[in-house]
Amino acid sequence: MSVLVFVEQSEGKIKKSSREAVSYASAMNDGDVVALVMGTADGDQLATLGNNGAAKVVHSTDSRLDKGVIRAYSAGIAQVMESEGSDTLVMAESSIGNPVAARVSIKTSASLASNVVGLPDTSSGFKVKRSIYTGKAFANTILEASKRILILKKGAVPLKEDGAAASVESIDLAFDDSDFGVTITSQEKATGQVLLPEADIVVSGGRGLKGPENWGMIEELAAELGAATGCSKPVSDMDWRPHHEHVGQTGIKVAPTLYIAVGISGAIQHLAGVNSSKFIVVINKDADAPFFKAADYGIVGDAFDVVPKLIQAIKAAK
Amino acid sequence: MKILVCITHVPDTTSKIAFSNNNLEFDKTGVQFVIGPYDDYALARAVELKEQQGGTITALNVGEVETEPTLRKALAIGADDAIRVNTPALDSFFVATQIASVAKEGNYDLILMGRESIDFNGGMVHGMVGEILGIPSLSPVMKLEIEGGKAKLAREIEGGKEYLEVDLPLIAGCQEPIAEWKIPNMRGIMMARSKPLSVVEPSENNANTKTESYELPPKKGEVKMIDSDNVGELVRLLKEEAKVL
Repeated sequence: MSVLVFVEQSEGKIKKSSREAVSYASAMNDGDVVALVMGTADGDQLATLGNNGAAKVVHSTDSRLDKGVIRAYSAGIAQVMESEGSDTLVMAESSIGNPVAARVSIKTSASLASNVVGLPDTSSGFKVKRSIYTGKAFANTILEASKRILILKKGAVPLKEDGAAASVESIDLAFDDSDFGVTITSQEKATGQVLLPEADIVVSGGRGLKGPENWGMIEELAAELGAATGCSKPVSDMDWRPHHEHVGQTGIKVAPTLYIAVGISGAIQHLAGVNSSKFIVVINKDADAPFFKAADYGIVGDAFDVVPKLIQAIKAAK
Repeated sequence: MKILVCITHVPDTTSKIAFSNNNLEFDKTGVQFVIGPYDDYALARAVELKEQQGGTITALNVGEVETEPTLRKALAIGADDAIRVNTPALDSFFVATQIASVAKEGNYDLILMGRESIDFNGGMVHGMVGEILGIPSLSPVMKLEIEGGKAKLAREIEGGKEYLEVDLPLIAGCQEPIAEWKIPNMRGIMMARSKPLSVVEPSENNANTKTESYELPPKKGEVKMIDSDNVGELVRLLKEEAKVL
């Protein structure tokens, strides 16, 4: 097997989810893992992908690739799969990775599986387990084509951090004008925050917080834990918080190790976005809130009383 | 403007998910099937664009005869006609090839669908159709305006959004808040009965994945309740029992 990993950067740093994808490739593979990075990047940082299991990093320095250009990325990946002789492409799920994978699968006639939650079973054919029905079930799916593409859900394998430095090679990729036919006119992005899809801990607030002015304690609790902040759908619908913080069926589906829900009753649509969390803590003043049934730990109490106490207790335990 | 809206026929969000026949099939007992919630956003935006600028809306589903009530609902909401490709939806690639063949025939300016289906959650079909047709495909799109053959859109990215401009034709995978869901009214439901719904046979492409079996996640243990006057105990459990702090 020859595995290529598509690696993404965010704010000039390699994304942790991409390091996870390299770790996955390294764990599934007995051959060398090649990582592909597109756009301006720091060479020393690229070599650190070796730590996660990459033998070689292929880097295109074309600055047109600094922003996530879906069609150009797809064309670039297909070229590198060809030149490296890769039969398997691995990447982390993301707003760029997903649309790029779809296009590459057509370009390379590869079978594709998204929401992959664990290593493949290659005892007969190539079988992966993927999350379906928004985390409520799994499918064991055989990828039948001779090439395959896997898009990983967060936490599919533990992060590997014990490899050696990778060699870094630059590569020239060829593009058509049509690969840049979509113009990105601007981006609005929260900076310096832990991003929700990448976070190991998420603190979410719901209507129980009564208004956007009360989010200070949610942010403080999140900062104390190194967590990202999320919210329920009503909160995002009322514009108390931006849509990219909305966790749920029609928002972001998260898979942190710890999800803390404050003042969220736990409508089934919200649960659909959090059911891949390893542990769930629910804080709600209504003892009958349905969320308690999906929780590992629960506290019945008013958010305005419990959250400040929790912040103190975490500080005290440090 | 000619708009194609691709509709999935999926279990309602509140459905209990279970499998029958030794975990080989989805158990449809007592399950209500609906238009996928993301597809509902796509359809609603199509109806708004038609109201603004005129044109036609074709609703498309790849599925067997049981999906026709879902297509009729799309007609009641505002599609002008519907096409059903008469085959089970085998996998993302297979569905994408079917949509692409219909799209080639119809020469649409805009192809809208949900960002993902809520059964398999693949989120791949729009991108695959875009690559097969050689046109741009963007997802998840939360805002879409059409002006003089050009689309202006907002796409959600991690921690924010990006604004984009692109010439038509275009494929968009939609999500909130692109439009408000539309509920069919009595007049729409009556009219839907006589709107054309054509059935076409699938083009000869094969799926390239095969699901061997399904499984449910392990049952969660009982919730441990902690007194609100003893919050320190929660921190202790998270540290020592769950080992997540």
